[in-house]
Amino acid sequence: MSWTDLKSELSDQGYVASDALAMALYLSITLGRPLLLEGAAGVGKTQIAKTLAEIRQTELIRLQCYEGLDAASAIYEWNYQRQLLSIRAAGELSSREEIEDKIFSETYLLRRPLLEAIQQTESPVLLIDEIDRADEEFEAYLLEILSDFQISIPELGTIKAVTRPLVVLTANGTRDLSDALRRRCIYSYVEYPDRHTELSILNKRQPNLNAHLADQIVGFVQALRKEELEKKPGIAETLDWAAALSGLGINDLSDDPATLQASLVCLLKTQSDQSSVPTEVAQRLVGKAA
Amino acid sequence: MPVTRFPTRAESVADRMVGFMAHLRLNGINVGVKESETSLQALASIDAVDPDETRLALKAICATDADRFGRFDELFKAYWFARDRQRQRQQQQKSKEKPHDKNRWSNRSLLEQSIQASSAGALDSPDESDGRDGEDNEAEQNGDGKLIASTVFNVNKADLREFMKPDDLAHAERVALQLARAIRDRRSRRRRAAKKGAQLDLRRIARKSVPTGGEPLHLLKRRRPDRPVHLVALLDVSGSMTVYARVFLSFLKGLIGADQRTDAFLFHTQLVHISDALRDGDTFRAVNRLSMMAQGFGGGTKIGTNLALFNRQYASQMVNGRTVVIILSDGYDTDPPEKISNELARLKKRGCKIVWLNPLKGWKDYEPVAKGMAAALPHLDVFAPANTLADLAALEPHLAKI
Repeated sequence: MSWTDLKSELSDQGYVASDALAMALYLSITLGRPLLLEGAAGVGKTQIAKTLAEIRQTELIRLQCYEGLDAASAIYEWNYQRQLLSIRAAGELSSREEIEDKIFSETYLLRRPLLEAIQQTESPVLLIDEIDRADEEFEAYLLEILSDFQISIPELGTIKAVTRPLVVLTANGTRDLSDALRRRCIYSYVEYPDRHTELSILNKRQPNLNAHLADQIVGFVQALRKEELEKKPGIAETLDWAAALSGLGINDLSDDPATLQASLVCLLKTQSDQSSVPTEVAQRLVGKAA
Repeated sequence: MPVTRFPTRAESVADRMVGFMAHLRLNGINVGVKESETSLQALASIDAVDPDETRLALKAICATDADRFGRFDELFKAYWFARDRQRQRQQQQKSKEKPHDKNRWSNRSLLEQSIQASSAGALDSPDESDGRDGEDNEAEQNGDGKLIASTVFNVNKADLREFMKPDDLAHAERVALQLARAIRDRRSRRRRAAKKGAQLDLRRIARKSVPTGGEPLHLLKRRRPDRPVHLVALLDVSGSMTVYARVFLSFLKGLIGADQRTDAFLFHTQLVHISDALRDGDTFRAVNRLSMMAQGFGGGTKIGTNLALFNRQYASQMVNGRTVVIILSDGYDTDPPEKISNELARLKKRGCKIVWLNPLKGWKDYEPVAKGMAAALPHLDVFAPANTLADLAALEPHLAKI
């Protein structure tokens, strides 16, 4: 499979990837290295992992990062309640060693995403979302796992990967990531799509939309992104808006300014952004889009 | 852009690839053997004759952040498609020498200046070096008239410009120490085993209850450990700040002295790392030498440039999510205001908190109209006055919160 094949496969699944992204993904698969994606929110970083899992027909295991994420919620934890019950049930019949052997076996282990990912018989897609939200300690730990693909549990010993998961990390610049992590990964910066790409995404996702409206929608959103906004609308917002407009039965953006204005709630998600695009501005943008 | 020589008679692809990596390194993209190796592997799995394909592949491997990602295409073109290489080579040699030389020169001049300054300091004030109890000397020393407060009846409320006596400096240092303590301990969000704590440590309880037949007799706890924050202070010692410099230096000394996880810098037109000088056991000597050193430079302030320098050289080691950066400056800047704002935004990206202490803010009716200050405001976590010791002490609750 070449990278162009991968690109068209992604496109068949409804994901239109840029050349740079398709190449990065292809290399990450062939070289067996994690893929690090950065970019603004709503440009489809998470979606690519989902699409990839669909293409390869494997499981998608997702680890959402947050500040304070620790080993117990990312890797594994013992099932304490069950352990305690089991110790009591065993009572005085069995020796201490027997009980210990029993309660520290894999049946009593709660697998969290990272452990689960390396124990699959078929190589899954492991999505580590928003890695920049986790703290530096976790990043360091992750580095170790990503290079060796093994996890050591003191009571059980080292668990080696059955298959290597395909790792996709996403970040959107909450903080800088360490150079060590960056250098271990294949990198791609995902930008807002250009007009042509966005149109083909829209056509892929909502094939029933009429061509004229689709063109107008994309033109409008592209123009809107050039305005001074706190939060620029992403692709997800464009798709939502398109669905809303077709649901409202609109066939041309310039038809009904009032409805158009009301429907902008799909694109503008903060109060100040909404007030910075009053009807006049919206109409100007419609003019540009046409 | 420096371009390394394209090896026309290279032995192999590997040879040229190594050249390309050197070219990237020369342009500030830190790649190494590992990247060369990965790149060669990657070439094997794509159509390496197609320049576009190769560019995309090498980009994915070598450009590891948004900034480099944007610059990569240029660099790629410059190396693999360089026309008249000869000329560029000459240029490159020139440009390679130039920054190097300039760098060395400026380093040397910096060093010389500071040595001159400190020796000048020693010459000018031979008595100051022996310490705190040289109070009489000190009074004489400062008897140049313009800055002495005739009646220091309320130390805490006097504007810091009037602070010159050793006692006052010591006082400033004490306030700083308290502040440093207030900021230092931030709670971690992780939990660790501890004797007392809000949560049960089930892992250890389960383990311990094996010998007691499953009865959890020992209730072991977990809690959030305190994690020290790292303080980094940047002190403006330009002309407009000179009157405050000595007191702020004592303040810095207090902050630095609190523990090893602190750093301090002076800036005006240049940036100087002074942590080591401040750790000098003798407050008074240190402060005097440093204030002399600060005066040695004079001239305008370049806050933006210095912040950029700090970001480039020091921030990667010193600043992370547990850092509080304290900037002491009046915000009068000779750089364009966008520069301050850009550099602060970059600094902020490292996850740190930024505190700006402005001595002018304490003045009646002060508005942050200095363009630099106005540009900086949106990036600050705390913006507070700092023209009296009471102001500094009042910071404590603010800083404890962040």
